[in-house]
Amino acid sequence: MMGAISLKVNGHVHTVDVDPETPLLYVLNDELHMRGPKFGCGLAQCGACAVIIRGQTVRSCVVPVGAVKQQEVTTLEGLGTPEKPHAIQQAFIDEGATQCGFCLSGVILTAKALLDENPKASDDQIRDAMSSVLCRCFAHVRIMRAIKRYQRGRA
Amino acid sequence: MKKEISRREFVKTSGALVVCFSTASFIDPFAIAQGPFDTHMSHVDPEKLDSWLAVASDGTVTAYTGKCDFGQGMFTVQTQLVAEELCVSINKVKLIQCDTSVTPDQGTTSGSQSTPTNFNARNLAQAAATAREALVGMAAQKLGVPADQLTIENGVVSAKSGRHVRYGELIGDKHFDITVSPSAKRRSPSEWKVLGKPVPSMDRVALMTGTFEFVHNVQVPGMVHGRVVRPPEIGATVANVDEKSVQHVPGLIKVVVRNNFVGVVAEKQWQAAQAAKVLKVTWKPGPALPAQKDFYDYMRKLPSREVMLVNSNDVESRLKSASRVLKATYVHPYQAHGSMGSSCAVADVQEHYATVWSATQSVYPTQHGVSALTGLPPDSVRVIFVRGSGCYGLNAADTVSYDAALLSQAVHRPVRVQLTRQDEFISENYGSACVIAQQAGVDASGTIDVWDCETWSVSFGGRPGYERPGNVIAGMLAGFDPETITPRTAVEPTGELRNGSNAVPSYVAGCITGKCGGTGSIRSERVLTHAVKSPFFTGPLRSPLRLQNTFAHECFMDEISAYVKADPVAYRLQHLRETRMIDVVKAVAKAANWDDRPSPKHDHARTGTVTGRGIACVAYEGDNGYAALVAEVEVDQASARVQPRRFVVAQDCGPISNPDGLRNQIEGGVLQGTSRALGEEITWDDRKVTSTDWQSYNTLPLGIEVPVLEIVLIDRPAARANGAGETAITLAAAAIGNAIFDATGARIREVPFTSGRVKAALSLCTGMSK
Repeated sequence: MMGAISLKVNGHVHTVDVDPETPLLYVLNDELHMRGPKFGCGLAQCGACAVIIRGQTVRSCVVPVGAVKQQEVTTLEGLGTPEKPHAIQQAFIDEGATQCGFCLSGVILTAKALLDENPKASDDQIRDAMSSVLCRCFAHVRIMRAIKRYQRGRA
Repeated sequence: MKKEISRREFVKTSGALVVCFSTASFIDPFAIAQGPFDTHMSHVDPEKLDSWLAVASDGTVTAYTGKCDFGQGMFTVQTQLVAEELCVSINKVKLIQCDTSVTPDQGTTSGSQSTPTNFNARNLAQAAATAREALVGMAAQKLGVPADQLTIENGVVSAKSGRHVRYGELIGDKHFDITVSPSAKRRSPSEWKVLGKPVPSMDRVALMTGTFEFVHNVQVPGMVHGRVVRPPEIGATVANVDEKSVQHVPGLIKVVVRNNFVGVVAEKQWQAAQAAKVLKVTWKPGPALPAQKDFYDYMRKLPSREVMLVNSNDVESRLKSASRVLKATYVHPYQAHGSMGSSCAVADVQEHYATVWSATQSVYPTQHGVSALTGLPPDSVRVIFVRGSGCYGLNAADTVSYDAALLSQAVHRPVRVQLTRQDEFISENYGSACVIAQQAGVDASGTIDVWDCETWSVSFGGRPGYERPGNVIAGMLAGFDPETITPRTAVEPTGELRNGSNAVPSYVAGCITGKCGGTGSIRSERVLTHAVKSPFFTGPLRSPLRLQNTFAHECFMDEISAYVKADPVAYRLQHLRETRMIDVVKAVAKAANWDDRPSPKHDHARTGTVTGRGIACVAYEGDNGYAALVAEVEVDQASARVQPRRFVVAQDCGPISNPDGLRNQIEGGVLQGTSRALGEEITWDDRKVTSTDWQSYNTLPLGIEVPVLEIVLIDRPAARANGAGETAITLAAAAIGNAIFDATGARIREVPFTSGRVKAALSLCTGMSK
């Protein structure tokens, strides 16, 4: 069942020897030691495992790694670095928009994917995009402020 | 001898939080279960300054704390504390949190007790003040200048002459070898340079860039993966485990069965998940569950452990002579911690030692739990705290630590266990369901003359503490007994008033043999609590029982003020004595521009969308922080949908250590409280829990219309430092419920306020009014 699978993540090509049915999330965490995407529910209901593939957020806990093929995967740590954060990460840093931080892959990547595609998204459209993302610390006030800050900054 | 007493004192203050984060009903059994605390003292002696602090030759300060950060901001604010007391900048301080091999045993990080424990004149704060005085003393000797003529600036001690010496030169890398001085002078809030400032959380850059290490990210050499197979229902027992059913799963290392604990270990996580899914386990069913629709009645009929918190012994006669008696019963469901991340831990259990990487709130108690499970002496078990996702109390962090230890011991390799969402939802230690029955008598002038309150809460298991690994599911399955209820009749209260997790309403005087410890003025008073056996595990969930009780008290207060046609703010003030309570109520009313009139709005429309405002206030556990909340809501009377539009909070937690962290806690608390008020509820059928994921357990997602949130902080530099993380959440359900009543005239006495319940209340009130 195991087999060498080639995977492009955050600009680097990796080869992993896993069952192609393995969820992408497990490969990112266990084989590639990435900390951005996280196991929240394993059911694609919360967003903690989100990554970006072809400009769209994807719940990596339910995507078999074998289905990713040659498509590049971007994770939260692929956006920017602690020394040089991406503008949306900087907006979240500036707003202090977190408590425990476990939800941030879903929050930041979902907002980024929406605003990359539709920079002038209305508040309703932002809310709609975030309606399948959870933050159980309920840092909603700051998170929404950070998303708006990023949106203003990229205009 | 002196040492023994102060040790006990230390542990008492640390241990107090176990009591404070548990229910009123838990107090006695926990006291017994925990035993005399000093039998559990760690090798890290809290009397010694070196247990708390070290200064390196480069001037870096390493501080050790037994209170850890789950996202509530304790890391940043404790770093500020140490920096402030030592007069260094925060980037010179390295804080080590909760590791049984190096940090003092401060029990459990819970119950809004971290700030009271470490920010008042003891423990971490006092150690840091002692270190500063010791360093100044050394500098005085070295410079030949009296200590009181020296100044400190960022770790450099200077004389007026300009001669100076650095901390690192004075003590660098050596032990202080002194005890923590109770008389060391704390820096006064008027001198603060680091504390009291809105320092942003120090972990935010790592979090935002996906580089922060959670317990889920811990990887150790040789680590393999475990999953558990939980019984489908609480109380089910293993009849048979068919190991052959997983023989074909690649990478399988072992099927582990110990008593009723079942788990699998495999080389890779996906293989473990597959094995757990296909492993054929035959379970002998547990007892049938009581019907959910009758559960609150069922609770009231069970044998109970009673505690009489206050009793003026004149309640019956005063109720008889009152000009009007009002009665109402409020109910609150079981709710889940529902952490974002399903819980995870890594354990490496070898023949003579064990290491556990755990997101537990209680490293030392977990050390003892793992010791009991593995048979290793406690001293041979090291538990290292690594942050998990926000826990909001006793989530499954403890149980998954046990799971990992059991599986690791069986395979002699380090094992990482990731629980599934369903594992956690079906068997976590839920926040308690409650029934609160109220009656009050008002006199001819409309003043409350008598308040009588009787509460029922459910309990089974709870925090494992040092001696009860069976209090969480993994420990029970492995063969340890959970704490359960021993029925007992109440005795008359004596001594100091016990607040009993806010079972005592804010408006009663709380008099016991003439000494009145309550925050209110009502002298005819009785509060009787009952703890009954829960069919599910229970444990502290953010503001445990305080939230449920406050919902009932603050809604009932509103009902009475509506009956006497008084303004709800003025009526509260009329019955409060405690200045700090009065101040938060006045401050919130002013900031909210409170519409001063009785509820409900007399001219509210019977159809369409209507608006209303409600207030609630609390003295958390009687004296650990004060807050008042005004909620403004919209109610669509056709769909019965409730939409909060604005919240205004006033909060007083003594001297404010970090206003930004405090605001963050208040914002999150009010909205988490809103989610709990509007949707969250554990559900079950005749055998098992049916709310097992985010579709069957309601939570408010990020896409809601976030209400306007305004916060008034009341700083009290001279007061004791109070907790602040659980105060605002305590008020959300009550303030929203009161606002719904104001808007519609419909009173909802059951949480959560689902559209079905709002609809029923609306039709009831329409029926009554016409």
